[in-house]
Amino acid sequence: MTPTKAAIRSEAERLFAAFRAAGAVPVEADILLPAETLLDLYGEDIRARAYITNDPLCGEMVLRPDFTVPVVQAHMVHGADPARYCYLGEVFRKQNPRESRANEYLQVGFELFDRIAPEEADAEIFALFARLLAPLELRTTTGDIGILMAAVRGLSTSNKRKQALLRHIWRPKRFCQLLNRFAGRAPIPKARARLLERLATDTPEALIKAAGTFVGLRSPEEISARTAALIEDAASPALAESEATLLYDLLNLQAPAQTALAHLQSIATMMPAIMPAVDRFATRLKALQGRGIDTATLPFETNLGGTSLEYYDGFVFNFHAADTALPPIASGGRYDALTGVLGQGQSIPAVGGVIRPDLVARLKGSVT
Amino acid sequence: MIKIGVPSKGRLMEKTFDWFSQRGLNMRRTGQKREYSGSVEGAEEIELVLLSAGEVPDELAKGRIHLGVTGTDLVREKLANWSEIVTEVAPLGFGHADLIIAVPNAWIDVDTLDDLDSAGTAFRAAHGFRLRIATKYHRLVRNFLTANEVADYQLVDSQGATEGTVKNLTAEAIADITSSGETLRANHLKILSDGLILKSEAILFRSKVANDPKLDKLLAKISF
Repeated sequence: MTPTKAAIRSEAERLFAAFRAAGAVPVEADILLPAETLLDLYGEDIRARAYITNDPLCGEMVLRPDFTVPVVQAHMVHGADPARYCYLGEVFRKQNPRESRANEYLQVGFELFDRIAPEEADAEIFALFARLLAPLELRTTTGDIGILMAAVRGLSTSNKRKQALLRHIWRPKRFCQLLNRFAGRAPIPKARARLLERLATDTPEALIKAAGTFVGLRSPEEISARTAALIEDAASPALAESEATLLYDLLNLQAPAQTALAHLQSIATMMPAIMPAVDRFATRLKALQGRGIDTATLPFETNLGGTSLEYYDGFVFNFHAADTALPPIASGGRYDALTGVLGQGQSIPAVGGVIRPDLVARLKGSVT
Repeated sequence: MIKIGVPSKGRLMEKTFDWFSQRGLNMRRTGQKREYSGSVEGAEEIELVLLSAGEVPDELAKGRIHLGVTGTDLVREKLANWSEIVTEVAPLGFGHADLIIAVPNAWIDVDTLDDLDSAGTAFRAAHGFRLRIATKYHRLVRNFLTANEVADYQLVDSQGATEGTVKNLTAEAIADITSSGETLRANHLKILSDGLILKSEAILFRSKVANDPKLDKLLAKISF
C-alpha cells in the first residue's frame, strides 16, 4: 500500500533527526539548479534522467536530481574540515516508462567530509544506515570500485589504454569490449585494420585529402593525432594473459566481504598495484567490525556501482528490499574525485548516502 | 464516428490515399486548395483528419483519432511507451528511411561508435565542450547511445537541414533520417558502420486509447 504524504514526511523527519543526532549539520539546497555543472559531470545521460528546463535569463536549469553536487559545492566554498552534513528534500528523476516508479520523492541524506581516516568515515556512514534500517531486514550489498581502478592503473600497458579503461570503468559493456581488445581476445575491427594498412603507405593528411571536401570543426590535426594514437595502439603488445585473467577475475568477484578480502590479498601478491587499495579494504572491514557489522556475512562485489551515475570511486553500498521491483531503499558511496572536480583545485575525501523515506514508510506499513 | 489521421500533404498523403483506395476506401481532399479538410467517399461514419505526420503520434495517444498513418521513427521518438499506446495495423510499403548517425567523410579515423566515443573524448579535451550531434530525434538517439555506452557527446536540436549543421560548425556529427543517402553525400558525410538506430517506414497505427464499435468492422473491410 502506498503510504500517505504525511506518513512519508514524518518518516523523513525521524531519519533527519537521527542524522542530526549523529552529529550532522542540516543544510539546504536550491531545487532549481544551473544545469551546466551537472551536464558537465554526467553528460547527455542527465537529460534522460533529470528534468531540464529553460530560463530566458539563467539558461538551462535542472530540477534537483540529487543533493550531492550542491552540498559538495557549498562545502568547497565555505566548509569546515572535517564536516558532517544532512539534508531532507525532494529530488526529481524521469523514470523508465516500463517501470511505474515515482518521479518526485523525498531523500534524506548524510555526507561526511574527512581527510584523516576515510575508512573510518566509510564505516561510520554504513553502520549508521545499517542501524537506522535494521528493523526492515533489508539485503545489503557493498563494493569498492577503487580496487578495480587500482588494478587498471597497475596494468603493464600504455597510459592511453589505461585512461580508456578508466574512463569506462562505470560502463561494463564498453569496459569489457576494450579489455578484450587490449588482451587480444577480440580482433581489431575490419575498418580499423584497413585504415592501419593504408596508413602504412600514406600519410593521414593524404588520406584526409582523398576523402573529399573537408567540413566541420574537428580539424585535420585532431584527426591525424588520433590516427597516430591508433598506430601506436596497434603496435602496443597485447595485455599479458595473466594480467587480463586477474582483471576478469576481479570484475566477477562476488563473495562475503571477509572471504573477498582473503581472495583479493592473494590476487595482490600477483598484482602488487592493488595492494594499497586492498589494504584500505582491510582497514574498512576492521572499522566496520568495530561498529558491530558482521563482515563474515556482509556481501561484497568488486564491480558494484558499475551502473550508477558515475561519481563513486571507492566504497559503495546499497540496501534493497526483498521485493526486487523496488528501487534501492538506501544507497551511497565514496566520491573523492568529485570534490576535486567541483572544488576548483581543492579536494577532500568524501563519503555519503541517501535513504528514501517513502520506501521506508511503505515497508513499515507492510511489516506491521 | 471513426477518425483517421492522414498526412496532410505531399507524396506521403498521395501514397496513403492510394493505399486506402486499393482497399476500397476512396479518400480525397475537399474544400479549397489550401484548406486542410477531406472526406471518404460513401462512408458517412468515417472522418478524415488531415494533419502533419509529426502530430499523428500525439493525436493517437490522446485518443482524438482512432487510426493514423505516420512513420515508425515519429511514433517511437514521441511516445516513450509507444507499445502501450498504439498497435501497428499494417506497414504501408512506402516511406522507408533509416535513422542513422553520420560524421564527416574526412574523419578517416572514425568508422564505429567505439571510434566516435574515443574521438569524442579527445574532442572535449581539445575544445572544452562535448562533441555535438545535431538531431530532432533526441530520445531515440540518446537511448541508442546510452545503450551502446557512448559517453562524451551532447545533442543539439536541429529541426531541419540537419546535414548542413556540420559545415555551418554548429555540430560535429548528425543523427537523421535518410533513404537514399544522397543528401548525406552532398554534404560530405558518411554513415557509421554500426550507426543504424532505427529502420522506419510508413505504418497504419491504431490507438489503444480510442475505441469505436465500428472500428473492427472497418479494419475487417480493409482486410486486417
